[in-house]
Amino acid sequence: MRAVPTRRWLNDNRWVWSFTAAALVWLLTIFIADWRGPLATLSTALGFATFYAIVGIGQMLVISTGGIYIDLSIPSVMVLAGYLSMGTMGARDAGLLPGIAVALAVGLAAGVANVVLIRGARIPSMIATLASGFIMQSITIAYSHHSTAKPAPTLLDFSLSHVFGVPTIALIFIVVTVGVGFVLARTVFGRSVLATGQNARAAYLAGIPIPRTIATVYIISGLLAAVAGMLLAAYSGGASLNMSEDFLLMSIAVVVLGGTSISGGRAMIAGVWGASLFLYLIVTMLNVLGVGAGVRYVVTGIIIIVVLALSDQHESA
Amino acid sequence: MREGTGSLVALEGIAKQFGAVRALAGIDLVIDPGETLGVVGHNGAGKTTLMHVLNGTIQPSSGVIRIDGVEVNVGYDVRRAYALGIRCVFQELSLSPNLRVFENVRLLHRSLSGFGWPGRARRVVRETLDAIFPGHGIDADALVGELPAAQRQMVEIARAFSATDRPVRLVILDEPTSSLGGQEAEQLMRYMHTATQAGVSCVFISHRLKEVLANVERVVVMRDGTVVAQQRASEMSEGQLVERMGVMAQTAERASTSARPERAAREGGPARAVRIDLRPSPRSPARLVVHAGEVVGLAGLDGHGQRTALLAAFAAAQGGGGEAVQVHGTVAYVSGDRQGEGLFPLWSVGRNLTIGSMGRLAHSGWLSRRAELAEARHWRDHLAIKTPDVEQPILSLSGGNQQKVLIARGLAGGADILLLDDPMRGVDVGTKREMFEEIRQEAGQGKCFLLYTTETAELQNCDRVYVFYRGAITEEIDRASLTEDRVLRASFGEAGVHV
Amino acid sequence: MSDEVAGGKTTRDTAGEPAVRRRWRLDARVMLPAVALAVMLAGIFVLQPRAMSYNGLRLLLGLGLPLMFAAMAELCVIAASDIDFGLGTFIGLVNCIAAKYLASEPLLAVAVLAGLVLAYAAMGAFIQVRRLPSIVVTLGASFVWLGLAVLVLPSPGGAVPDWLTHLVRLRPPLVPLPIVAAVLLGLFGHWLFMRTSYGVVLRGVGSTPASLERAGWSLLVARSTLYGLAGVFGVIAGLLVTGLNTSGDATIGAAYTLLAVAAVIIGGGEFVGGVVSPPGAVIGAFIMLLTGALLSFMDVSTDWQLSVQGAILILVLSTRALQRRRS
Repeated sequence: MRAVPTRRWLNDNRWVWSFTAAALVWLLTIFIADWRGPLATLSTALGFATFYAIVGIGQMLVISTGGIYIDLSIPSVMVLAGYLSMGTMGARDAGLLPGIAVALAVGLAAGVANVVLIRGARIPSMIATLASGFIMQSITIAYSHHSTAKPAPTLLDFSLSHVFGVPTIALIFIVVTVGVGFVLARTVFGRSVLATGQNARAAYLAGIPIPRTIATVYIISGLLAAVAGMLLAAYSGGASLNMSEDFLLMSIAVVVLGGTSISGGRAMIAGVWGASLFLYLIVTMLNVLGVGAGVRYVVTGIIIIVVLALSDQHESA
Repeated sequence: MREGTGSLVALEGIAKQFGAVRALAGIDLVIDPGETLGVVGHNGAGKTTLMHVLNGTIQPSSGVIRIDGVEVNVGYDVRRAYALGIRCVFQELSLSPNLRVFENVRLLHRSLSGFGWPGRARRVVRETLDAIFPGHGIDADALVGELPAAQRQMVEIARAFSATDRPVRLVILDEPTSSLGGQEAEQLMRYMHTATQAGVSCVFISHRLKEVLANVERVVVMRDGTVVAQQRASEMSEGQLVERMGVMAQTAERASTSARPERAAREGGPARAVRIDLRPSPRSPARLVVHAGEVVGLAGLDGHGQRTALLAAFAAAQGGGGEAVQVHGTVAYVSGDRQGEGLFPLWSVGRNLTIGSMGRLAHSGWLSRRAELAEARHWRDHLAIKTPDVEQPILSLSGGNQQKVLIARGLAGGADILLLDDPMRGVDVGTKREMFEEIRQEAGQGKCFLLYTTETAELQNCDRVYVFYRGAITEEIDRASLTEDRVLRASFGEAGVHV
Repeated sequence: MSDEVAGGKTTRDTAGEPAVRRRWRLDARVMLPAVALAVMLAGIFVLQPRAMSYNGLRLLLGLGLPLMFAAMAELCVIAASDIDFGLGTFIGLVNCIAAKYLASEPLLAVAVLAGLVLAYAAMGAFIQVRRLPSIVVTLGASFVWLGLAVLVLPSPGGAVPDWLTHLVRLRPPLVPLPIVAAVLLGLFGHWLFMRTSYGVVLRGVGSTPASLERAGWSLLVARSTLYGLAGVFGVIAGLLVTGLNTSGDATIGAAYTLLAVAAVIIGGGEFVGGVVSPPGAVIGAFIMLLTGALLSFMDVSTDWQLSVQGAILILVLSTRALQRRRS
């Protein structure tokens, strides 16, 4: 009967799979590279994975509230926040704080806009966030003609800095992740999210404030996307229109591959990191193998599908 | 029990297990050609499951199905049933709302294909609708989603009786009149009669016992997955049916669940606060009132407005209410539909329990693990919920214990008012007794309970009972004057004293 | 649970409404986008009267050719209450295969394209059998299509057979090709989904799959068929893109996914419930297409094209939600 508790533990902690997979790929990568630069590989991977993880957390919260909720506006929020914050900073340190404030404002506004469309205008979340995404992208395109969009030097350095070989932003957001994990497990809000995601009807009858919960997750998602956009722009030395191209797919992929249930109610926050690392390391490994972009994409896609097929994901009826 | 010779359908020893739940426990049933059979029983008795087996949508775990004397078990599915002339109108309407009436008819008949099929489909549905419900006024091109419930049901019934390439030999009607008006229901009964004269058998499942008795030859009563009675309709009365459906072997239960504790004398004491004041139906001035410390029951046949009243009270407490509903105090809702409205399936026992006490347990939004576990354990012990560890997944508990968790959830929150929606359904006698004792205790400390139950025996636990019929209160019965007969008659709208 | 008995009477239906008018009433959903399109066209003609000519319309609506087929492809998947996030990259893949092989090795190209259609059908079967969320499966597929496209054509180029370039530049008499194609596609889609007996089953998949199974239909066959059809329309869209651009580019399809989804929804479709309108999707495709043109004729920077498209989506859907609440 020892097997049963283990099985249950694994089921409750699906994030283990994504970390195991990431570890395997990492080992494979440095093996192929003749055991060179194991820590450097890991460090770089952590740095890039951070961006996926930040938006992944926001998307995870939205998806966990129920199978009908998703946030497709994330890449647009990222790019708008990136441009506006860089534009405000204008490569001066004096612009650092205003720039950060602008980014947060963008995230907040995006979240509020989504909530208004979804709950106020009763538009299905997929279309609502799609439409708001279109509009934000459009604003970004218009804005991009006017600004040079360079980060404040402090922010640039910060985004590239390391502490004991680990990227600072990774450290910070790991702490944030742990914080969100606590929120999910030990706060009323966290319980509300998970209850609504499991059974919205039962949640209503148990007295959970569903509208408030949904509003909060969308606002958090907006804020996280904005912060990710600002940091990514700084990291890259400036914002660019296609900087968040990947992020729509990646924000969903890292959530699902990390073990979060797409129909809601089960959130695996650690898994978001595991999946982010895993997906980035796959790309690294294929690069080391000298494989071209084409094979990289195909392998990534097949892995996503295979992992999904093997997992317990089921479309809610 | 009749002989199997010449019968249309013969079921022998049909059993069905869903995991740990035994939905059907060895059913023997025979249906003859041109016969109308009535099937009655409470929700969860197994009627619908049995019909699913007959219709081929569910495979029985064991037992034999014979059609025309030939065993059909292997590979018996919906298509074979259709080919053999069996049709079924399910309780949950299964029409596709995004399709038109004639398109929905096409879905049932594979032969309606090829060139000109829309015309044929329209003709078939019009002819059948005209035959069953003369003067129906339903357009074959109407979108089902835009039809009122009554017309949807009419379409579904007509579809079942419609024949294209295969003759219809047996039609199963599961609560066919639940949305029909009086005239349509009568038309359907008349058509059933006509159909049986033409050799078509009908199985008629309904909660409207009077209707059943008046229109079938034989009645079968089901309870807990078995057939508990089979007799000619002419030999049974409504009262007998209700008795066999729910209260039959429950004399022991009645004695044990009806705790009659001493009650503090009401006369002369301070007037107790009114917690709920609700008028269920705009057509009747009768109101439902619940005071602090009371246990009030809602009775009557299922689906006659009791649930609506409970939900209205819940919504009013959230902010709302008005002239028709006034609620004073905090509420908690306990549902008997565990899967649909109660449980959070991925969570542990403890989490399912404490989700109702978030307000009390949390300090500035933070939930201490220790406090949470303590609360869960306290209620586990208090209600004797059988689980060694409150962190076990909720689905590992038995149905009765799951229900205890839901009741604990409602009590733990400290709400003034508890709304209970048939919470003891499918729960064993011992658990029921414990729960009602708990309710009595809590009531003694000032909580009030509004309890809807489909088991008349449970009403013994209530101080007062309101009987519902067709969305309105037909009678208010004090515990002292509570008799089964009185409840029964009020359930059919034959009220004596109106409120 | 049995329905609540309200003690109601049956409301007699208005048998007075003529049957013919009833038959076309679903198309009230298409009224709104049709009107919107008419308004947009009117606006364009007012601002730029030269656009009203045969050539003007040809140029204006030319890019609508691939988009309308993309919209039809997405419609097939949305009809099943699913969504296809890989359509754009799939179109890119078809584009690359056509650019590389269609001229030099036509048989190979045709075989590969047929294989891709089968792959789409297989994807639908996979989703049905394993009960997977389509959003993630098609997401993964989008990576696969993109990767294959890059493998086939690492950098933009290729040669396009003459017949294809001539096809998209056909000049039918009186009415420009895009309009002819739109009408034909709309009619075909309407016939396929609303008039064939199996089309009824296909639409049932998205609304009441359980009922369909209970009536004996195979959901596996139905879903595979829908996805297979999507594959066919996707291939056609890809070929049309190839004809228009006379070259191949793996990233050409990037915008098509979201535009196609928007087109279907604006055209009267809904994400769940099997509610789709093929003619509406075609109209929706043109609406999305013309926003850019309208803005440029109004001397508004095309930067704002996406905003207008987003605003149209919001307007159409909130109106629909309002209508639903009122009824």
